[in-house]
Amino acid sequence: MNALTKAARSMLLAELAAGMGATLKAFFKPKATINYPYEKGVLSPRFRGEHALRRYPNGEERCIACKLCEATCPAEAITIEAEPRDDGSRRTTRYDIDMTKCIYCGLCEEACPVDAIVEGPNYEFATETREELMYDKNKLLANGDRWESVLARRLELDAPYR
Amino acid sequence: MVKVTVDGIVVDVAPGSSALQACEAAGKEIPRFCYHERLSVAGNCRMCLVEVSGGRKPVASCGFPISNGMQIFTDTAVVRRARKAVMEFLLINHPLDCPICDQGGECDLQDQAFGYGADHSRYRENKRAVTDKYLGPLVKTVMTRCIQCTRCIRFSTEVAGVPELGGVSRGENLEITNYVEKALTSELSGNLIDICPVGALTSQPYAFSARPWELKRTDSIDVCDAVGTNIVMQARGASVLRIVPRINDEVNEEWLADKGRFVVDGFRRRRLDRPWVRVEGRLQPASWADAFSLIATRLKGVPGARIGAIAGDMCDGESLMALKDLMGMLGSPNIDCRQDGARYDTSRRDFYTFNTGISGIDEADALLIVGSIPRQEAPVLNARIRRRFVDAGRGKFPIAMIGAPNADPTYAATVLGEGPDTLAKLAAGELPFAEVLANAKNPMIIVGHGALTRPDGQAIAKACWDLAVQMNAIRPDWHGFNVLHTAASRVAGLDLGLVPGPQGRDVAGMLGGGVDVLWLLGADEFAVRDIGPDTFVIYQGHHGDAGAARADVILPGVLYAEKPGTYTNTEGRVQRAFRAVMPPGEAREDWRILRAFSEVAGRKLPYDTIESLRARMAQAHPAYGQAEHARLGAADTTAPQAGSVAVAATPFYPVIADYYLTHAVCRASPTMETCSGIYVRPAIEAAE
Repeated sequence: MNALTKAARSMLLAELAAGMGATLKAFFKPKATINYPYEKGVLSPRFRGEHALRRYPNGEERCIACKLCEATCPAEAITIEAEPRDDGSRRTTRYDIDMTKCIYCGLCEEACPVDAIVEGPNYEFATETREELMYDKNKLLANGDRWESVLARRLELDAPYR
Repeated sequence: MVKVTVDGIVVDVAPGSSALQACEAAGKEIPRFCYHERLSVAGNCRMCLVEVSGGRKPVASCGFPISNGMQIFTDTAVVRRARKAVMEFLLINHPLDCPICDQGGECDLQDQAFGYGADHSRYRENKRAVTDKYLGPLVKTVMTRCIQCTRCIRFSTEVAGVPELGGVSRGENLEITNYVEKALTSELSGNLIDICPVGALTSQPYAFSARPWELKRTDSIDVCDAVGTNIVMQARGASVLRIVPRINDEVNEEWLADKGRFVVDGFRRRRLDRPWVRVEGRLQPASWADAFSLIATRLKGVPGARIGAIAGDMCDGESLMALKDLMGMLGSPNIDCRQDGARYDTSRRDFYTFNTGISGIDEADALLIVGSIPRQEAPVLNARIRRRFVDAGRGKFPIAMIGAPNADPTYAATVLGEGPDTLAKLAAGELPFAEVLANAKNPMIIVGHGALTRPDGQAIAKACWDLAVQMNAIRPDWHGFNVLHTAASRVAGLDLGLVPGPQGRDVAGMLGGGVDVLWLLGADEFAVRDIGPDTFVIYQGHHGDAGAARADVILPGVLYAEKPGTYTNTEGRVQRAFRAVMPPGEAREDWRILRAFSEVAGRKLPYDTIESLRARMAQAHPAYGQAEHARLGAADTTAPQAGSVAVAATPFYPVIADYYLTHAVCRASPTMETCSGIYVRPAIEAAE
């Protein structure tokens, strides 16, 4: 490109026109951003967010204290203690997840033989203190109760691929 | 020896061995469920199939005798297919509940299904369910998981000697049961848990508490009796969760008595975890410095002859040595490790040890038990006697007992009499058993503490020794005189000289105001209430029991799980234990407490490390410097001193009133309390 053409383009504001053209094109396209937190992105059923302990429909907790999640956890974020419950069944007396250690790999969910521990779709659990991220059994069960309908649906959707 | 080829490897094996043993000699792993080295061969699980040259179909190697030049193939297509099929059959009725099964992670069925089984199940029909059986407070049953290997039946019948388990029905309906709903009456019932290859028999007190991969394993020695059973402490975090036996063919083979196994829940209860001092009649928490300075002040001006020390039954050799040296520094001859008042001549080691050795029982051919009930005093040793009795065949290993007429020893033993007069009759040849002993090549005499704790104990020991010499049981290649101890620390105490010195007082002499200051090192099993009211009592130990309740100063020591220690069993075998967990609170290792106090008292003990203390022990007794324990005969048949008390005619009484509650740790254990309530108290009440 010679100097003359360059000067002509510059004089006639061609770059500006091209830029405005691109802007105008984008102006009529659908928006790429969303209005978080009023709008949220679509999540895969396999999205690994905040943990929850699920219950059976009759209210019985699913977890049987087999400790496979504890054993498989690469970050050693899970701590379980167990003892026989009054009816003789095997139950946890303590189920803690240190969410600051957790790397959200989902191995606990895969190890669980009864689909008790799951990683749900919730990613909005930021807290102001570290202590709040030390989840205990009550917190996890409460999560499960809150999210149960979504969790069950996710498992159902993902079931054919497991 | 017979030459056998296993997968091309030529091995020499003893004649009469099975094909499975030949495969093991060649280093080939053979899967098995029903076969166990220490039980008879049942051959009912069919998992150990191998191909043998010339055979048309695979054979069960556990029961297949070898012959010269035999060729065994352990890894052919036929064998692999056969194993896979057997596995499939075993899994037909086995529930797939591994996540809630306590055996998960250490299950033979799980491991072998992974290694030899198919990757999926073809079984769609209903599985069989079996009702659980009640086997007492220690063994939990989930009988649906049972694969009918019958190891438990064979263990209870052959090793424990209580034929209370059996199988009923046949084929698929075969059930293992104890016929009537009654707790197993064996002191070895905990071994059923180890021996069960699946999760049908698991530990009740340990139920669901941990997985095997979480546990840290530490080698240790059991101190609940004097056998010195080799154990493994399995701990998670700060607490020992279970104790399992470790294989040592010289001592316990692979068994462990129930008390040593289930005492573990007493480890964290009623612990002394900080020093206490008595102020105006009440115990108040104190610091180590305050406790030490109080003792040092109290000791000031007290002559050595007015200071005494009593060592308990669970102490390690190191703390015994340190206590002995501390008393020496304080100038006191009053030291005693014999809480039960037993009397021994300690001038020679074979006067107070189990000289035949536990493995020596296998070579004995006649046995006389005097004033002892081995089943309660040393259940694992009793199992060894029983095995010798069974292996020898009918009438080949005659056993007689003096004392304990109502005890069931688990083998046929003739009760000759109840008191020492029977011993005299035996020596005079008036009883037929005298001839049996005289004709035996390797006769054994076991003297128990039912005899030795009497005032005439030493005279009875001498009578037994004389009888042994008379029966030619003490010679350079065989030593048939045996003392069966009940306290784990006793032999170490006698070796290291924890007996009163010249003009020293024994336990009885120190009571009733015999001394002004009394140091109790874990001693609870004597008449604590007889300590004089003005005696200043220092209790150094781990559990708040009789001794701590009387103490003026409590120094918190540690349990055998929490310190490295040396323990000497009844044979005189010196064994080392290691620390499994850290002690609670401010508790410290016992020898360190004694060493630290010696500095406060102004007479420093000359060792700062456990190594230098062990060197001191080796100097005190040569056995503590030797790596190996050797079983020796004795050329010198000079009898022990008879003592000053002549033999009385009173019958022998059992030394153990309640097997499950013999020391401070088991008295703190809820499991042992339950066992006592189920096994011992009904019998005591029935007798009243």
